Amino acid sequence: MIALAQAGRDLRIAFRSRGEAAHPLAFFALAATLFGLGLGSDLETLGLVAVVAIWVIALLSCMLAAESLFRRDFEDGTLEQMLLHGRPVFLAVLGKLAAHWCVSGLPLVLFAPLVGFMLQAPAQALPVLTLSLLIGTPTLTMVGAVAAALTAGLGRGGLLVALIALPLYVPVLVFGAGASVVAASGLSALPQLLWLLAMLAAAVTFAPFAVGFALRLSQEY
Amino acid sequence: MFQGIDFDLEPGELMEVHGPNGSGKTTLLRCIAGLFKEESGHVDVAGEERPLYLGHKPGLSLLLTPLENLRWYLALQGREPRREDCLSALRRVGLNGSHLVPCRSLSAGQQRRAALARLVASSAPLWLLDEPFAALDESGREIVLSIAQAHCHGGGAVVCATHEDLGLADARRLELAA
Amino acid sequence: MSRLGAFVHRLGSPRWFFDMTKPWLAGLAIIGIALLIVGTVWGLVFAPEDYQQGNSFRIIYVHVPTAHLAEALYLAMGVAGVVLLVWRMKLADMFIAVTAPVGMAITGVALLTGAIWGKPTWGAWWVWDARTTSVLVLFFLYLGLMVLREAIPGRERAGRAVAVLAIVGTVNVPIIKYSVDWWLTLHQPSSFSLTEQPTMPVEMWLPLLVNVIGFYCSVAAVVLAGLRNEILERESDTVWVRDWLQRAQSGSGS
Repeated sequence: MIALAQAGRDLRIAFRSRGEAAHPLAFFALAATLFGLGLGSDLETLGLVAVVAIWVIALLSCMLAAESLFRRDFEDGTLEQMLLHGRPVFLAVLGKLAAHWCVSGLPLVLFAPLVGFMLQAPAQALPVLTLSLLIGTPTLTMVGAVAAALTAGLGRGGLLVALIALPLYVPVLVFGAGASVVAASGLSALPQLLWLLAMLAAAVTFAPFAVGFALRLSQEY
Repeated sequence: MFQGIDFDLEPGELMEVHGPNGSGKTTLLRCIAGLFKEESGHVDVAGEERPLYLGHKPGLSLLLTPLENLRWYLALQGREPRREDCLSALRRVGLNGSHLVPCRSLSAGQQRRAALARLVASSAPLWLLDEPFAALDESGREIVLSIAQAHCHGGGAVVCATHEDLGLADARRLELAA
Repeated sequence: MSRLGAFVHRLGSPRWFFDMTKPWLAGLAIIGIALLIVGTVWGLVFAPEDYQQGNSFRIIYVHVPTAHLAEALYLAMGVAGVVLLVWRMKLADMFIAVTAPVGMAITGVALLTGAIWGKPTWGAWWVWDARTTSVLVLFFLYLGLMVLREAIPGRERAGRAVAVLAIVGTVNVPIIKYSVDWWLTLHQPSSFSLTEQPTMPVEMWLPLLVNVIGFYCSVAAVVLAGLRNEILERESDTVWVRDWLQRAQSGSGS
């Protein structure tokens, strides 16, 4: 109920600032384009590299999106009201993160097959690539949110969040990209996908508490 | 910041907190609200419900209308955000016509009123108001005072940090030194 | 519980800790340096040559202890983070603040020696192998802690934010290790383990053990010295520190 109310509010705000909400997807498409340009149309070189590149680009755009997750709420004071009255706070945080993922992560997942075609990724890898992004990007959002919450209100740029979040992203990237690469060579990617699922479960369980705690710290100025 | 402050606030009491800039009025209120961890000493707030805190930041999303903001605020506390209740709260603070306009299109005073609507709709027994009159005109000021007094008569308590004299005969005063 | 609580409370008192640890510091430093000298000379001069790698294997006498310490120190910071958040013990915050740069330096040494070892062994300074990569990630985790502390104004808030990150990082370290291990496996199996029978001959392995303990003691001494400095700095406005300083200046305090 509280999670839904918070998610509904955030989705509404995202809808009213549609242009901004489309930034992660635009970044995703642009970076993929640059990547394709840089590698040229050499079909030998693209392919497997494309699968990994899509994962790395998706990871970066998730991180860039998470960076500004709490900025607006911090500035207009709705964050302090959420921390005061959210009962319990972690549910409100969960709703907020869910809404954020729907706006910034889900579009990437939906567009990943298209970008995959564009970069000539092996066709048999695309379903697993999409699935691994579907399971992996929420984890990225959660971990990125912890970093964003720790730096909320500091008024520092995205590099700080990147330095904190990127090392924590390593396992997700390894299993996500790994699953897609394994699938491209025709093997079963089930173990990697299950690992991604396990990490998602852990992130959903713990991240909202860590984010709530970190946001409380951000109020102590 | 400050030290040696000790007071009990009973139901029905309104306390003004005065003091020059930098004397810690905001910090005191944030301590009571639980947003700021006091270095030493402690704060006890009776009852289950968290105090209402109205700070310098409006606590309104500028992209949402006052009505949507208020409904979110109530839903956050697990309360049913009934449209009628919210509308009447907005009417009480004088936002009749503008409750469907996003807050960013409202004037500073109207935004302040939209934040004040939380007072009317709130069920919290303790209110913490930090400079509630900022950006308000004379009629806005009257509204705040009458809402606060009504709250006290109903058994609530108010702590109000302010620069001006409220002109209330039965209010307590707390002076913070610089 | 109450006795544990009382102990923790006492341990949390910087002054008590400062007074108590004075003899430890010299002890740890002397033992650590002595062991390091013994282990290093033994390892570099007297231990036999490796039948495949020749003399280049001898870098393990620095590489292995530092790689171990890199992880152990991060783990210790994670534990300290829990202690800080649960018991609000200031000392735990000071410990994290002091340990982060030390751990980062140690991790840097592990990486550097790994690269030097990699050149003759693998033919390349850097190989994307499982354990080098996870140590590299560990290096970045240390970096994140330092950057975060430096970015947040207010010691209290910075300390607790860093503690949160240290805990999250500690939870992540095994996952990172496992994932990277699965992804890239090229490294030779771990050469030193407490639970398994060593695969190398005892005259190679024993000096390594001496050096591992030596490194642990020396780093403990460095951290302890840093911690004592940190205590003096943070408590500099208290009476006991001023008294201590006066005694130190008049020559009897030290």
